[in-house]
Amino acid sequence: MNRQIRRVAVVVLVAFMALLAAPLYWQVLAAPRLTNDSRNTRVLIKEYSIERGAIVLADQTPVATSVRSKQRGDPLEFVRHYPEGERYGMVTGFYSLVFGRTLAEQEFNSFLLGRAPEQFGQNVTDLLTARETPGGTLVLTLDRATQEAAEQALRNRKGAVVALDPRTGAVLAMTTYPRYDPNQLSSHNPEAIRRNWDRLVKDEDGPLLNRAAGALYPPGSTFKVITAAAALEDGISVNQPLPSPTVLDVPQTSADIHNFGGSSCGGGTLTMPEALEISCNTTFAGLGLKLGDKKLAAEAEKFGFNRPSPYQLPAATSVIPKNQDVPATAQSAIGQRDVRVSPLQMASVAATIANGGRRMAPFVAQQVVSDKGKVVKRFEGEDLGQAIPEQVAGDLRDMMLQVVERGTGTFAQIPGLQVAGKTGTAQHAQGRPPHAWFIGFTSAGDKSIAVAVVVENGGDAGSEATGGHVAAPIAKAVMQAYLGGGG
Amino acid sequence: MESRRNVELSLLLLALILSVGAYVVVGLAADNEVPAGSAGYGATLAGLFLGAHLVLRWRAPQADPILLPGAALLNGLGLVMVRRLDYADAAKDNYRPEAPAQALWTVLGMAVFVAVILVVRDHRVLDRYRYSWLLLGVVLLMLPALPVLGREINGARLWVRIGPFSGQPAEAAKIALVVFLAAYLAERKELLATATYRAGPFLLPEIKYFMPLLLAWAASLFVLFFEKDLGSSLLFFGVFVTLVYVATGRFSYVAAGLALFLSGAVLAYNLFGHVQVRVATWLDPWKYYASRGFQLAQGLFALATGGILGQGWNQGRPDFIPFASTDFIFAAFGEELGLLGVTAMLLVYLLMVFRGLRIALAAPDDFGKLLAVGLVTSFALQVFVIVGGVTRLIPLTGITLPFVSFGGSSLLANYALIALLCRISDEGTPAPAAARAPVPADTGEVTVIR
Repeated sequence: MNRQIRRVAVVVLVAFMALLAAPLYWQVLAAPRLTNDSRNTRVLIKEYSIERGAIVLADQTPVATSVRSKQRGDPLEFVRHYPEGERYGMVTGFYSLVFGRTLAEQEFNSFLLGRAPEQFGQNVTDLLTARETPGGTLVLTLDRATQEAAEQALRNRKGAVVALDPRTGAVLAMTTYPRYDPNQLSSHNPEAIRRNWDRLVKDEDGPLLNRAAGALYPPGSTFKVITAAAALEDGISVNQPLPSPTVLDVPQTSADIHNFGGSSCGGGTLTMPEALEISCNTTFAGLGLKLGDKKLAAEAEKFGFNRPSPYQLPAATSVIPKNQDVPATAQSAIGQRDVRVSPLQMASVAATIANGGRRMAPFVAQQVVSDKGKVVKRFEGEDLGQAIPEQVAGDLRDMMLQVVERGTGTFAQIPGLQVAGKTGTAQHAQGRPPHAWFIGFTSAGDKSIAVAVVVENGGDAGSEATGGHVAAPIAKAVMQAYLGGGG
Repeated sequence: MESRRNVELSLLLLALILSVGAYVVVGLAADNEVPAGSAGYGATLAGLFLGAHLVLRWRAPQADPILLPGAALLNGLGLVMVRRLDYADAAKDNYRPEAPAQALWTVLGMAVFVAVILVVRDHRVLDRYRYSWLLLGVVLLMLPALPVLGREINGARLWVRIGPFSGQPAEAAKIALVVFLAAYLAERKELLATATYRAGPFLLPEIKYFMPLLLAWAASLFVLFFEKDLGSSLLFFGVFVTLVYVATGRFSYVAAGLALFLSGAVLAYNLFGHVQVRVATWLDPWKYYASRGFQLAQGLFALATGGILGQGWNQGRPDFIPFASTDFIFAAFGEELGLLGVTAMLLVYLLMVFRGLRIALAAPDDFGKLLAVGLVTSFALQVFVIVGGVTRLIPLTGITLPFVSFGGSSLLANYALIALLCRISDEGTPAPAAARAPVPADTGEVTVIR
């Protein structure tokens, strides 16, 4: 009988081998797949059981906080709340059960959860003391007054405003219209979230789109600053008379370049500063033809075109074609045709000129602070080097000061301050009003600010000055708010 | 003193430390403080373990030293998991704590263990009442099918309720039937192994010797068809085939048994919708995630989320799995203690099963051998059926994980089961020269643990 018993033992052993192999499969081999299965809410619940760190402004105003859920029987312990509603959604993004995370909530997720490697030391102590580790607080660079001023000045016109500190790259303000309220996507009610999402996605005005960093527009005449930079670097001096006809006969096409409203640019020739002051199309289109497509594109690339944005959060890449035929080059030189920019990019162009040609990567998160007030991680705008020579930046600055002083940008004037700027009125579709642009910068005391404003369809096709009418006052309000009224 | 018993005492101490440690950790994780009942829990467990241990020292000094600590460890950890699931369920609407009941069942289980050791002084006594065991087994099996007494819960009719008490009589029936089969086969094995009739290609023994076996087989089919209890049915059948094989040494019985089982399974599949559902769920639980596959899928999610090291006591969400404290307690352990924890648990089971088979090998008589094999097989099969079901190795059938799952009937039956094994091992182990006579404590005598 013992022989049979030994055989039973073998069968038992084989059966237990199979039993041992099964959990090995599920817990090791199949684990990554099952853990990330959207129906496995365990990971989510774990995440929502952590007191996610707040997102605050430079002055500690909270713009995203975690509060205990008051819903009875809610398996998710904390709910994300955005005290300022839709005001900071274009930076914070949302934190949604159904649609995941975006922008700062996504990019700094591990810090907010307290799981970044930098927070590890803190976690080990918490582990030993059996203390629940709250996530780190993310401190933004945004300035409250500037952000509110930008929002108020833009009002309910579709568009975007970006303000940077030219010396560091810190984002001082970033707003768009229309906006959305991240609270609507961050509740614990999946049906409500889906409903709100559907409404936002179907909205033709695209409130979910972060126009400030994620949308691309033709830059219009604001691009002339870059064309001017290319010309200056190519050895054309500020005193050199340039042909400025009423109509520029562009070779290889019948689509000649006109000035706005068919106006002449005064006489037969203008210097570069004079041409920029009145935003003469024919002068800059002519410069573009003289420089050629390669040099024009190369100059734009020095400012960051054609490369992924160095911004901390997802942003669109501004583009200019490297190879263009003659008519396209002429149009590109005045910011039309296939040139596309984000407002953030144009703010960076203004900031680079303001900073003597040294380009700083824009950044909106400056540090992560532990719940005990210790700085866990510091972020700085990367110094991207001298984009253009200091001399060229100085010349451009002088030209842009002139634009605001007595050119198309007079609406940006601030008494007692030297404001530099450039207007733009970008055509984008036949029969529709052009986009109104303004980029500029100024400083007072130890503070300086560079701003880019775009108002969609805000211009008047008949007048180049409308970019100045519509967009420049917005930039002015933002500058004043940051510099404390500015007189 | 006896060195086997000293080994047992140290292992029991280890089981006690692990159980109380887990209990404290669960409390710390849930409320951030050492749970108020820790001392009581520790003292009760220590008292129970020590009591059972002393009874073995007194009445079965040569008994196997692994079985009791193994059972104690599984029981202790199971109790902690049941308690831990109570924490999670406390917020739910119709919350009924299970841990106090399970603690009471643990006390009663240990009492059953002690009672069996004390009452059954020699396992051969059981041999005398073999037909009574058969009758008892069959009656117990049929109880749930009775109109007033029986209760159908979750599609299977295996519960009996009398007044405030309810239980699954199949757990006790299992032991009674194993005792009967062992007794019957020990006596008739030669007759069964000798073929006298030729039927086609098969040589069959005398039909009358077969009758009691057919009755047992019919009982297991009855369970399958009238109580829809697939797990228990499979369990009976496996034990039955194994015992007949061990008794006769004829593989043709195994083949015939498997054929019978497969035909029964096919028949059941075609007859019962819920069997078809189980098979379909087994093949693709994700497809039926919103309905019948939910439990299995949640169990697999729990295992996967646990990973290698586990989430830690009270750090996972095993309460998401329906019936986490009974059928799916293995998945709950997988989530919180990880692959390492469940592997250790399976190795404890394997160790206990192998000790049981060793007891069978060493048993002095055929009845003892068959009884030990039958008990161990039913124990091992039960582990296989539920762990295999939870891990999608085989179609899922609801059955308890011995000593770990919440459930009184199962706990009592399994304590009786290992008590019988201890009893058989005590007789199967040759006493050292002076073991049964008082010896000075410091002879330095060493007994090889077998």
